[in-house]
Amino acid sequence: MNLIRIYGLFLRHFYLITRSFPRILDLIYWPTIQITLWGFISNFFATYSTYYNNAVGIILTCAILYDFLFRTSIGFNMLFLEEIWSRNFTNLFISPMKISEIITSLIITALIRALIGLIPAILLTSPLFGISILNLGISLFFLFLSLYVFGITLGILVSAGLLRFGPSFENIAWSTMFLIAPFGCIYYPIDILPDIFQKIAYAMPLVYVFEEARSILIYQTVNVENIYYAFILNMIYLGIAISLFYYSFNQARKKGTLINIGE
Amino acid sequence: MNYLVEVKNLKKNYSSKEAVKGISFNIKENEILGLLGPNGCGKTTTIGMLLGLLKPSAGVIKIDNMDFEKNRIEILSKINFISPYIELPKKLTVKQNLIVYGKLYNIKNLQQQIQYLTEKLRLEELLNRITGELSSGQKNRASLAKALINKPKVLFLDEPTASLDPEVGDFIRSFLETYKEENKISILLASHNMNEVNRLCKSVLMMKNGQIIDEGSPKSLINKHGHKNLEEVFLKLSRSENEFN
Repeated sequence: MNLIRIYGLFLRHFYLITRSFPRILDLIYWPTIQITLWGFISNFFATYSTYYNNAVGIILTCAILYDFLFRTSIGFNMLFLEEIWSRNFTNLFISPMKISEIITSLIITALIRALIGLIPAILLTSPLFGISILNLGISLFFLFLSLYVFGITLGILVSAGLLRFGPSFENIAWSTMFLIAPFGCIYYPIDILPDIFQKIAYAMPLVYVFEEARSILIYQTVNVENIYYAFILNMIYLGIAISLFYYSFNQARKKGTLINIGE
Repeated sequence: MNYLVEVKNLKKNYSSKEAVKGISFNIKENEILGLLGPNGCGKTTTIGMLLGLLKPSAGVIKIDNMDFEKNRIEILSKINFISPYIELPKKLTVKQNLIVYGKLYNIKNLQQQIQYLTEKLRLEELLNRITGELSSGQKNRASLAKALINKPKVLFLDEPTASLDPEVGDFIRSFLETYKEENKISILLASHNMNEVNRLCKSVLMMKNGQIIDEGSPKSLINKHGHKNLEEVFLKLSRSENEFN
């Protein structure tokens, strides 16, 4: 892999973001609104629910974690869609960038985009709601890492669909996260789900991440197994997503989608 | 003979449709080859395969003596492309676009190369302007600078002067002639502007229905078909019903 080429593609999106105040505002605006809303909901449940009685901020913490996942995934898709919308797709794919370099660059850029949005929102939670996500301790890093990897996995899967099927796949890009959310057990424990849904949920890393967050905040117990299962599942899904991206690229070259997308 | 581009029996099938039916041609060093044909004749598909955007169904493409499918990335670093149908990122300035593409092509001495292209393509006043706010002619010059940022050995041009006013069109054509002579590059020019083809190309391929139906210098084609100019030859060949199927 060539670091200069990876940096080049990063630079293209860095210039795009930093040139435009509305774009920066857009990155910060939604996470802040989302987290403020969940902050008040969290306060309400902490006051009136027995389950959340002694654990103010569980919902808010999970909302922050979910938002990070959402921003990472959507961020990756946005970067890819940006090339289609700006009719720059052909220029990118006739440059000597390897697929691995494109993916790496978008992964890094998606992280930065997600952090630009999330850090101000996280900083707000402390003065507004008296909650610090840092209460999760060292596990927080692993939870964020798991969500980051799963977020970019979803991003790569959707981008593979865009490559293979063209811009008509765009709507799927926006709906993926909403499809997965019910199985992620973000705001409720997995026991709430019917048995069949529980089986689906256990096949995804999300449930382990959010169960772990609740375990730490409610019972002050770190369950390393959850982090381990999330990691293993993430690696499997990431491997599948990257393989599918390569497959889609080869199919797009066979079927001519790269030309149709580019013009 | 030193060919920079060698195409042998190139085919492209889309399910039941044969878009390109086994075409062969070469482009010499320091040559501009014209690629003519009516819409839907297979020009874009051919260029798509030469750029690696499409995988040929059969046949071989060699650029700079390397097989394209086996050396895709290395070949892509030696070629480039300009078309009015693709654009540089609109929200970036011209200079930012050139920096980005310079990095993507891993250009050493990028500042020098940008400086060189800026002077040659009269981009001084455009460098810090947003690309999307430029006129067609200005965008075209910026796209040409991007296409030359990697000092390509082979340049593919798809209607490079379409929708440009005569002055800008002439500037681009003169620039391409000079640049080709100075740098000994090969150019494949797909165009519907017969005067442009007549002026720039020493040889021309005429395509129809995915096949090369005639080839030669513009002058030899005009003489062969007994017409006054290349446009009449083009019209005759385009309108000939199934003559070459």
